[in-house]
Amino acid sequence: MSALGELRRLRSARGAPPRKRDNRAAFLFLLPWFLGLLLITAGPVAASFVLGFTDYNLIQAPEFNGLDNLRRMVADERLHHALGVTFRYVAVSVPLQLAAALGLAMLLDRGLRGLSFYRSAFYLPSLLGSSVAIAVLWRQIFGAEGLVNRVLDVAGIQGRGWISDPDTALSTLVVLNVWTFGAPMVIFLAGLRQIPAMYYEAAAVDGASRWTRFRRITVPLLSPIIFFNLVLQIIHAFQAFTQAFVVSGGTGGPSDSTLFYTLYLYQRGFNNFDMGYASALAWLLLLIIAAFTALNFWAAKRWVFYDD
Amino acid sequence: MTDLQERPVPVVTDGDPPPPRRTVPDRVRSVAKHTGLILLTLVMLYPVLWMVVSSLRPGNEIFRSPGIVLDSLRVANYSEGWTALSDPFGAYLLNSAIVVLGCIIGNLVSCSMAAYAFARLDFTGKRLFFAVMLGTIMLPIHVIIVPQYIMFSQLGWVNTFLPLIVPKLLATDAFFVFLMVQFIRGLPRELDEAARIDGAGHPRIFLRVILPLMLPALATTTIFTFIWTWNDFFSQLIYLTDPDMYTVPVALRSFVDSTVATSWGSMFAMSVVSLLPIFLAFLIGQRYLIKGIATTGIK
Repeated sequence: MSALGELRRLRSARGAPPRKRDNRAAFLFLLPWFLGLLLITAGPVAASFVLGFTDYNLIQAPEFNGLDNLRRMVADERLHHALGVTFRYVAVSVPLQLAAALGLAMLLDRGLRGLSFYRSAFYLPSLLGSSVAIAVLWRQIFGAEGLVNRVLDVAGIQGRGWISDPDTALSTLVVLNVWTFGAPMVIFLAGLRQIPAMYYEAAAVDGASRWTRFRRITVPLLSPIIFFNLVLQIIHAFQAFTQAFVVSGGTGGPSDSTLFYTLYLYQRGFNNFDMGYASALAWLLLLIIAAFTALNFWAAKRWVFYDD
Repeated sequence: MTDLQERPVPVVTDGDPPPPRRTVPDRVRSVAKHTGLILLTLVMLYPVLWMVVSSLRPGNEIFRSPGIVLDSLRVANYSEGWTALSDPFGAYLLNSAIVVLGCIIGNLVSCSMAAYAFARLDFTGKRLFFAVMLGTIMLPIHVIIVPQYIMFSQLGWVNTFLPLIVPKLLATDAFFVFLMVQFIRGLPRELDEAARIDGAGHPRIFLRVILPLMLPALATTTIFTFIWTWNDFFSQLIYLTDPDMYTVPVALRSFVDSTVATSWGSMFAMSVVSLLPIFLAFLIGQRYLIKGIATTGIK
């Protein structure tokens, strides 16, 4: 950004005429994006804020009801439950997924034979993981008669209906998220490439152990990328929907144990056509995600290290 | 740590600079590492392999056999699955293909235009708009879906593909705008300047100079749009409720729900069919996929 800022200053110092011409061209090139911003993204964000203070069922005109939706949210126990499920999912699945991604990226680093094969094999699940087909598969393999229990049978272990049991249903979705560690792993791999080998060589000469090298070289130099992945995966995990929807048949069951926030929002908005309340829920989600992102950025000052 | 004292054994390396000196424990470690990695690869990919094999098994066997050796072949799962819903599965594949194609064209055209403006033009409010654009990458679709749905349903667009395609024509996939901005910034400005001296305006510079040079970024955008749109479930579930308009994910999901005589065999068969395009896109485009996420991740 700083290079860009310098360029701008240079160009605007040169005089007004080229700037004017650019403005018109820029408007033309950005016209689709402006329309999109107005109609598809920023516009609806504002609209859902307003709708959040109404009662609206799509048929009758929206009716302002003041803070009723807010009061409903405070009293809505299913909402509190959905928040709990979602927080637990984010808190468990994101660290596990990133740990797997970083661990594997470290193993695959630098001149390993067959690296591109392993990288592809580990990356593939992250492309498949968000599909309905994989959710269908998960439903089977963690079912009472599913693949996991058959494999456990071979080992002589008594399995259970992982998805039909409210105690374990959410864990099967955590496993699914960890399974897709390939995408952050590829980002970590690219980051590890940027750490000069001489740091490790110098540390090895000084007799630093593997752990010390990891702790003192890899983590600080990789911290901007760890941070990037953390922010992205948290935002991503808060929005998890498809897998819970398919695995639970749209209910968030058993006993609401997989009722993700987005699933509850979907039910209110598109099963009950409770659009005012759904808009308020959407804004709460936006605020939660924004708060977590802000918290991340605030905490980053303490642990993220920028080289330049 | 006594094994570190052992004498180094010279080993022919595969030419990776700097050539590491390999000791016996190093080789043991390397073998152990590869064994571990191969085992992990198998564990990771086993469920998918097993699904492919099971899609060719008689229904009762799916629940008995955790292995991937096929004793009896049952191709009928595929023909049964193909015709199990109200339309043949080919209709859903076609619907998905239309949506995907529309989204790819939309993203290529609109995102490259926006990216050119952000990367090469100087205009009032650029910093602000750029920041807004970056912010929309993080915007969850759930926050905007309700007003969007209201708008599209009032336009009479529910149960058409328009609510899925039109947003892409308006550069709302900001991720790709960002990816392309990064790419264009890496192109030498001298090329633009030369074209400008020859009297070319911005439309011509964009079409004749920049676009041909950003083919790799366009390829990355195409493949990601293909995979993400093919997999996308939330918006397709919301906008497509008429079975004739179902795309593949929505059709597959209705498979799960229809308890009437659906067998796991045919459900797996259609799941495999639905994953095949993703797998092909991965095989063809993995270079672009990996480069794409790596560069947007670290820059």
